Amino acid sequence: MVNSSTATGISTGRLSADEYERNFGDLHPALNAHQANVEAARCYFCFDAPCVTACPTGIDIPMFIRQITTGNTTGSARTIYAQNIMGGMCARVCPTETLCEQACVRNGGEDKPVKIGFLQRYATDAYMDTGRHPFQRAGATGKKIAVAGGGPAGLSCAHRLASLGHSVTVFEAREKSGGLNEYGIAAYKATDNFAQKEIDFILSIGGIEVKNGMALGGGRDLDTLREEFDAVFLGLGQGGTNDLRLDGKDLDGVINAIDYIAELRQAPDLSGLPVGRRIVVIGGGMTAIDIAVQTKLLGAEDVTIVYRRGQAQMKASRYEQELAQTRGVNIIHWARPAELISDGNGVRAIRFEYTSPDGDGNLVETGESFELAADMVFKAIGQVFLAEALAGSEAPELVDGRIAVDADRKTSLPDVWAGGDCIDGGDDLTVAAVEDGKAAAMSIDRYLNSAAA
Amino acid sequence: MADLRCDFLGIKSPNPFWLASAPTTDRETNVVRAFKAGWGGVVWKTLGEDPHIVNVNGPRYGAIHVADRQLVGFNNIELISDRPLGVNLQEIKKVKREWPDRAMVVSLMVPVREESWKAIVPLVEETGADGIELNFGCPHGMSERGMGAAIGQDPEYIENIARWCKQSTRMPVIVKLTPNITDIRHPARAAQKGGADAVSLINTINSIMGIDLDTMSPDPSTDGKGSHGGYCGPAVKPVALNMVAEIARDPETASLPVSAIGGIGTWRDAAEFITLGAGTVQVCTAAMVYGFKIIEEMLDGLNTWMDGKGYSRIGDFRGAAIKNIVDWQYLNMNYVVKARIDQEKCIKCGRCHIVCEDASHQAISIEKNGHRYFDIKDEECVGCNLCASICPVEGCIEMVQMTEGNDPRTGKPIVAEYANWTTHPNNPNAVME
Repeated sequence: MVNSSTATGISTGRLSADEYERNFGDLHPALNAHQANVEAARCYFCFDAPCVTACPTGIDIPMFIRQITTGNTTGSARTIYAQNIMGGMCARVCPTETLCEQACVRNGGEDKPVKIGFLQRYATDAYMDTGRHPFQRAGATGKKIAVAGGGPAGLSCAHRLASLGHSVTVFEAREKSGGLNEYGIAAYKATDNFAQKEIDFILSIGGIEVKNGMALGGGRDLDTLREEFDAVFLGLGQGGTNDLRLDGKDLDGVINAIDYIAELRQAPDLSGLPVGRRIVVIGGGMTAIDIAVQTKLLGAEDVTIVYRRGQAQMKASRYEQELAQTRGVNIIHWARPAELISDGNGVRAIRFEYTSPDGDGNLVETGESFELAADMVFKAIGQVFLAEALAGSEAPELVDGRIAVDADRKTSLPDVWAGGDCIDGGDDLTVAAVEDGKAAAMSIDRYLNSAAA
Repeated sequence: MADLRCDFLGIKSPNPFWLASAPTTDRETNVVRAFKAGWGGVVWKTLGEDPHIVNVNGPRYGAIHVADRQLVGFNNIELISDRPLGVNLQEIKKVKREWPDRAMVVSLMVPVREESWKAIVPLVEETGADGIELNFGCPHGMSERGMGAAIGQDPEYIENIARWCKQSTRMPVIVKLTPNITDIRHPARAAQKGGADAVSLINTINSIMGIDLDTMSPDPSTDGKGSHGGYCGPAVKPVALNMVAEIARDPETASLPVSAIGGIGTWRDAAEFITLGAGTVQVCTAAMVYGFKIIEEMLDGLNTWMDGKGYSRIGDFRGAAIKNIVDWQYLNMNYVVKARIDQEKCIKCGRCHIVCEDASHQAISIEKNGHRYFDIKDEECVGCNLCASICPVEGCIEMVQMTEGNDPRTGKPIVAEYANWTTHPNNPNAVME
């Protein structure tokens, strides 16, 4: 028996098996060879190409596209991986519309950039299918590096270090590595267990040992790692979430969006995942979009995102906002949560106050409010770095609650580097984390080769 | 509407667009379809002696593609008509009778024997065809048998065969020339000496289209082996324009009518050949790539352009560009241009900069006030046109003439008077005035 979208309350199995499959299939099917050739031919092979500058990892985009046009997809993938070993995942999850594709000069001519992300996926998918690894390790250096956190930053760092001949041990708290690639990315952006496949691909270079279920602390803290290893990289992510600061925030049905998404990503059968009929999402970033779209795709009848500021201030790109809207998600701007209303068992509704900016850009309430019925209220109001992970050890300096690093991603400690969402200035993007890991690895390598090590 | 009618050697056609001797004109079905589509005439696929030749039972064509698989170059190893002579003659007669207003020219290729030519020409005349075109051009298959381009490469043969044909018919005789020679003027003069009424050119260019890097076989491939074929399509148009112009500029052949062939796919291409004196134009590749319907665009485009220019008939602009084709030594050395980038149109791809850096005179700067901005350094720009040639945006970079002041590159004053190499001080053979 299938429960419909209109079944009241929180329910499992709102859709048929076919609908789940369709809703959580690939958001953008891969380009076929013909499509890739047509698209690749549009690239102008610009001088000092703006798309390369716009790519946090600096992939030589005109070169990899030119390699596609000549039928050299192997070389194309190698060009991508040389700068970004997670080129496959980034092709799927990068907000290309605000990065490389926004910089494409075709926007100036015809308002239609080259589909760089799709082409990157074309080349990397083809390479992954070969089962090979594009790089060979340099001769063993005998140096050992600990990487705390097996997310994009940590794995990128580990891969680059391994390729330079160092031995790397990755300590990952969770059962699976991959960080947000595995637990956070919307399911329809990384179908077919891609995150794990990519990790296997990365690790196939050799020289990297991954220890899952091992968090920092509890006998293996930062001090210990610094003693046992020649250098340490911290890619700890952001383990906490911002507080809603409302009475009733612990009511049943008031949920951290990232926790639910992680559950969704790991669910063996989506029909077993309970979802409300009426959903309210608080927030304006990518997590808000991802939870809203995915609950809608799980069969929720009404899904509304409420954001305290305007469309222009939303951290989710216009493209992502439109994606949510075309999936039937309603987005309300200029309102913030004021009261969670319980029916005695859990949340029943949530009241919002309308806001407007004052002269200084601060938000003030207008005095008007509205109420939305909700079986589930998702908080997508940002994550925070949990500095407790460093407790008991000599800790690197923090800035605004995150680890301070220099341009080389080096912390205030001489043998400790950091990257990804846990560092100050972190960009909340997979591609930025990959660059952090790569830059840190290069710096670590220089450090290890110098007299200091 | 302009009058597009043509009278070429007395052969009348409603417009100058003929289909060249090729697979498109191989048989009644195709030719009737072409006439229905609006083509002004055809040159029927080349007839030979019986027993008719045979073609390979496999790929006859190869192609060069650019972006989006647009075909810019094409080649073939197809031979002349592979049907019995009698069948072709019968169909020619029928089609001409049913389409009397269209030009029906028949292409011929037989061995270099007077009796062979004198035998076949009357058979064609009997069909009511308007003229014959002697195929001295095909560079593959038939040339190895002493026909086609083998004739076109020998002026004496050209002259003799043209004469034999003229002696055997009242029909106009057109000699189709091969470009696989060093100087097109010699075969053209020979045709004229033999009494030919016109020449048509160019036939296809010897070519191998590519090598399959897996099988090491050329393209097109017949069971792993390949033979050179005839190259045509948009890529050969510049070769054809030059050869047509050479004939028009040669005092000996200046009055020899020309039917132009070579990469003509649009009305613009056709108009360009007509400005070099062409009486009609012949099209093949474009019709093989897009079908006969392209004639509609060609007719409409030519008409619209002529109306806009105030040309009421083809003759109004025929040959208009011939006088502007000169030898290099007569180019004006006092003509100075500089590239100008239209910043409104510029999409900032930077290609102009890098090609000027790598292949020209380092004359394009890359930033202004910290922003990506490409501009010309007049003190370095030699006006070579490389940047404008490679710019992906049409009309973004233009070459603008300097008419006053000093050339910032040379420091020399701009001079209005024409002066060419023949009097240039650097020329050891300069003629002192």
